[in-house]
Amino acid sequence: MAREASVSEVLLDARGIAKSFGGVQALRDVSLTIGRGEIYGLIGPNGAGKTTFFNVLTGLYSADSGEVQFDGARLDIGLPHLVTRQGIARTFQNIRLFANMSALENVMVGRHLRSHASVIGAVLRNRATRREEADIVDRAHRLLRYVGVDARANDLARHLSYGDQRRLEIARALATEPKLLALDEPAAGMNATETASLRQLVESIRADGVTVLLIEHDVKLVMGLCDRVAVLDYGEKIAEDVPDRVQRDPKVVEAYLGGALA
Amino acid sequence: MTTLEGKRRDPRVALAGTLLLAVALALAPFAVGAGAGIAWVRVIDFALLYIMLALGLNIVVGFAGLLDLGYIAFYAVGAYLYALLSSPHLAGAFPSLAPGLHWPIWAILPLGALVAGAFGVILGAPTLRLRGDYLAIVTLGFGEIIRIFMNNLNRPVNLTNGPQGITQIDPIGIGGVSFGRTLDVFGIGLPSVYLYYYLFLGATLLVVFVSIRLEDSRIGRAWVAIREDEIAAKACGINTRNIKLLAFAMGASFGGVAGGLFAGFQQFVSPESFTLMESVMVLCMVVLGGMGHIPGVIFGGILLTLLPEALRYGAGPVQTALFGKVLVPPESLRMLLFGLALILVMLYRPAGLWPSAIRRREFAGAGNSPENGAGSERE
Repeated sequence: MAREASVSEVLLDARGIAKSFGGVQALRDVSLTIGRGEIYGLIGPNGAGKTTFFNVLTGLYSADSGEVQFDGARLDIGLPHLVTRQGIARTFQNIRLFANMSALENVMVGRHLRSHASVIGAVLRNRATRREEADIVDRAHRLLRYVGVDARANDLARHLSYGDQRRLEIARALATEPKLLALDEPAAGMNATETASLRQLVESIRADGVTVLLIEHDVKLVMGLCDRVAVLDYGEKIAEDVPDRVQRDPKVVEAYLGGALA
Repeated sequence: MTTLEGKRRDPRVALAGTLLLAVALALAPFAVGAGAGIAWVRVIDFALLYIMLALGLNIVVGFAGLLDLGYIAFYAVGAYLYALLSSPHLAGAFPSLAPGLHWPIWAILPLGALVAGAFGVILGAPTLRLRGDYLAIVTLGFGEIIRIFMNNLNRPVNLTNGPQGITQIDPIGIGGVSFGRTLDVFGIGLPSVYLYYYLFLGATLLVVFVSIRLEDSRIGRAWVAIREDEIAAKACGINTRNIKLLAFAMGASFGGVAGGLFAGFQQFVSPESFTLMESVMVLCMVVLGGMGHIPGVIFGGILLTLLPEALRYGAGPVQTALFGKVLVPPESLRMLLFGLALILVMLYRPAGLWPSAIRRREFAGAGNSPENGAGSERE
């Protein structure tokens, strides 16, 4: 495959990731590299292993084999909170907000791992804790403004509209100060207007220096937004290139439209 | 939570309200003692102990959403610790310790909190992957195990004196003042139950303060996040293992303190005081008052201590007045009416009698179950 699209500096380097559930081989020796500052798309037909790969990368599943280098260090696969600490934050395909907390509190939870107050600090509420709390609230408000749901800061997350919930989840992920933001089908269920503004949001997140990994079904969105795209099919990477070339790749066309009958 | 509930109030009004409450709390034993008799002051002392327990359980059940049916075990741990460290009992098993250990309260209570907290971790560690019904079953077993240990640890070494319990426990004393007998202050005789009232009130206020501070901190938010969606909480970088263990430990430490106070107050402990019924009672206080809402839980604690007592004292005379004789013995009627009250509350006020503003809205919200966030576990 042509390597003009190769990147200046590698942020994430996954090597030979394999994962099976019982007899089903969900991922087979998947390797890919994401460069710093890229918007990297991961597409594939239903059941191709996109979300599995995502869950391995963000620590929810442990891989059967393979390893991931992230920002110069080995990633602690299988320990989600450590993965987040190392700088990968994610959203979920089926939104997972803290439904009965306010929008603001949802984002404040995202600050958990970047704050330090212990039980004693919390009970005594000394100056350091007060300053930290003020900073958490302040940053949470700024992030809500950034994604455009600040008007609903004090509403319960469950009462937000679908599009706002998606944006709130992104704000919560950004609150952990990620180097890589992994979005699992962020445009699912969105109408054209919402998708367009999501696209703007993702672009501005990248412009602010966060690398983005995007799983998406909306091919138009992926092709328009991503710098590079990888295609998974039956747990294998069958293509990785700039969008134009991926679209014309015969293997990709076959995976999506079905091959000639044997 | 302050962001949602913190309405701006005139500081002078708030100060006046606080002063009024302080005066009311300070005079409460005199008012109750004069109006209803000293037995009711004793009931109020117990209400304060139960408030501490309910607030401790509220951390585990209300905040972190971990159903615990064996909570009374931590109360037992605190009580027996006080009993062993402040009575002649241990001298029986270890003659070298004669005349038994008689540690001061300020040493025992923090130790009780610590030991109970450690027991909280012992319970929490193996149950980290469990939720809901399954966790309830394991915690129920844990509560029973502790009680059965207390019942049987009189052999081979007599640690707990088995079902007979430990007697002759020292009354609580602070700075030479024993709470076990009437204290004379400027000519006013303060009976023992009054003294305990003030001690328990102080301890309760401390527990309330710690609860409020914890709720409104990164730790409290992490607990609620775990209750709402554990996987999302992990993805937010929360070390769910440690934060859950912390919830168990904090909740248990409140129970340990209450247990120590209980042992000093009663001067007698036996396994009978720590049955499953007691765990259920404390859980009822939390659920009935308003899970996760500190004022609601306090209210639940007061109500569920006073109500059964009122029914006990009231059921007999009311029946005599209505029917001329006692038809149903008050003791059985008490639990019957109590059960009915619970059912009615759960039917008509499922969020509790005094839920937080958030939970009220949550239950008013469109047909979703309250466990919405916590229900689905897997992707």
